Amino acid sequence: MKIQANLAIGGGLTALALFVGVFGPWLAHTDPIMDANLMNAELSPSAEFWFGTDQQGRDIWSRVMYGAQISLTVGIGSQLINTAIGTTLGVTAGYWGGWWDDFVNGLTNLMLAIPSLIFALAIMAILGPGLTSLMIALGLTNWSYTCRISRAQALAVRTQGYVQAARVLGYGDVRIMFTQILPNTLGPIIVIATLGMGGTILAEAALSFLGLGVRPPAPSWGSMLSDARETITTAPWLSLFPGLAIFITVLGLNLLGDGLRDVLDPQSRSRR
Amino acid sequence: MADTDLLAIEDLAVHFPVGGGMFSQPQMLRAVDGVSLRIRPGESLGLVGESGCGKSTLALSILGLVDPTRGRVVVDGTAVGTDTDRLAVARTVQMVFQDPYASLNPRQTVRRTLAAPLRLHGITNSGEVADRVAEMLRQVGLRPDQADLYPHEFSGGQRQRIGIARALILKPKLVICDEPVSALDVSIRAQIINLLLELQAEMGLSYLMISHDLGVVEHMSDKVAVMYLGRIVETGGWREIFERPRHPYTRALIAAIPDPLTRALGREKAHGEVPSPLNPPPGCTFNPRCPHAIDKCRASPPVLSPIEEGHLVSCWRAEELSTVRA
Repeated sequence: MKIQANLAIGGGLTALALFVGVFGPWLAHTDPIMDANLMNAELSPSAEFWFGTDQQGRDIWSRVMYGAQISLTVGIGSQLINTAIGTTLGVTAGYWGGWWDDFVNGLTNLMLAIPSLIFALAIMAILGPGLTSLMIALGLTNWSYTCRISRAQALAVRTQGYVQAARVLGYGDVRIMFTQILPNTLGPIIVIATLGMGGTILAEAALSFLGLGVRPPAPSWGSMLSDARETITTAPWLSLFPGLAIFITVLGLNLLGDGLRDVLDPQSRSRR
Repeated sequence: MADTDLLAIEDLAVHFPVGGGMFSQPQMLRAVDGVSLRIRPGESLGLVGESGCGKSTLALSILGLVDPTRGRVVVDGTAVGTDTDRLAVARTVQMVFQDPYASLNPRQTVRRTLAAPLRLHGITNSGEVADRVAEMLRQVGLRPDQADLYPHEFSGGQRQRIGIARALILKPKLVICDEPVSALDVSIRAQIINLLLELQAEMGLSYLMISHDLGVVEHMSDKVAVMYLGRIVETGGWREIFERPRHPYTRALIAAIPDPLTRALGREKAHGEVPSPLNPPPGCTFNPRCPHAIDKCRASPPVLSPIEEGHLVSCWRAEELSTVRA
């Protein structure tokens, strides 16, 4: 029962976010960049401006709709890169051990020691601003937790009898990692990947704020949120709605991840 | 080596470096230190010893997962090591694991657990794979329609049957059973032991039964080898070992079998703990725990030598002790 609720709500919210991401331009009332009108600056939500307007008098509803594209692309894209890197390094390090494990551990410590935003900044400085480089920069800098967790899982799983049995049956290392280790480390990895997505959406905001991500007039949820800081007491709707959008997306992804993990785990399924 | 031996272990030693850093030399752990064993087709050898005596390392070297430091392991005419073709070894030697709860992948159905090895070994016809899986399940006493269940839907005894099915699906000649019943309820043990015996007769298997429990080995073995700190201290037919044990360690193990009626050996206990294999005592490695130790035992190590036909003992006092009823 609980599983179905998780999946249904998470799936619904995620679908909503993705729907907005794809069809946002059609849902928007006005152009999010061009339709600035200082006469309408900082109007509170009304029938005409559902989410109110910002300092430049732009319709926040329209900007939230358009912003979904950038925020979701960066969030999902960079989390995919993070998860791929973290899992590959973590599982191989935990399974093989030895010098490779030492190397990966050193690298993970390095990544944890350097603030990831600073590191992303450096990468952005090399790649230049833009959506793709933003995704790569955030994707290369946030894999250390995934790596730590999947390494710990792999360490625990590799000593299990079924991994030894696979070896005795003649399985090669890569096959063991894919069929025996990875499926048994997937639960926590999914949770971390979906949890981290909120973080990357916000990190995109920080980089955009510093002028290295999405250039200012283009809307993204993160940049809208950082622009709204000064008016949080006088015009809270400026930060409320992009914040809600991020909240709903992250909540949906987390619930979906949770539900997926339960479905993927045969032990939590009911006996047929 | 005689042509008839399925497994021939000759003077096998496996040493591991332990510890050691930038400034210190690693110590050598002599996990297995000069072991020779033979198993003929259809025969069962019981290998007995306390934990840490090298039984598992011995099993790993038979499976070709550990390289010998000295000596060699010959399985079905081929010397095995980590560079041997793993698939070929897998088709000859398989293993049944101790803990049926940890030895089955919780995310694979029984069918996948049994079918994947077949496919890996080149049986790709899905009809044939399904037939062999169903046949194997029947042989271990499960219903073929249980193939699509996950491990957690089975009891411990049923899980061990699946573990046995997995070991036998490739039709190996030698099966290493590593404590196959010690994790099971006492009421289930006899069933699994009987199943292993039936399968042995049906498929002509040879077993290497690894156990710390002589009571289990007694039911399953033609020959018994008793291992202590990486060496064989006594070996012989099960009748010799159980009726005329010579080594004080074997006698202590037999005395430890809970059986109120028949054991005449009384309370011949081994006291103390197993010494560290990193720093074994001089002379006979059993001397600190032996109730019969004399100075000679502390000075020089005894050699495994025949005391009667097919019965070898490594003890300086084997001759005298045979008459001692402690």
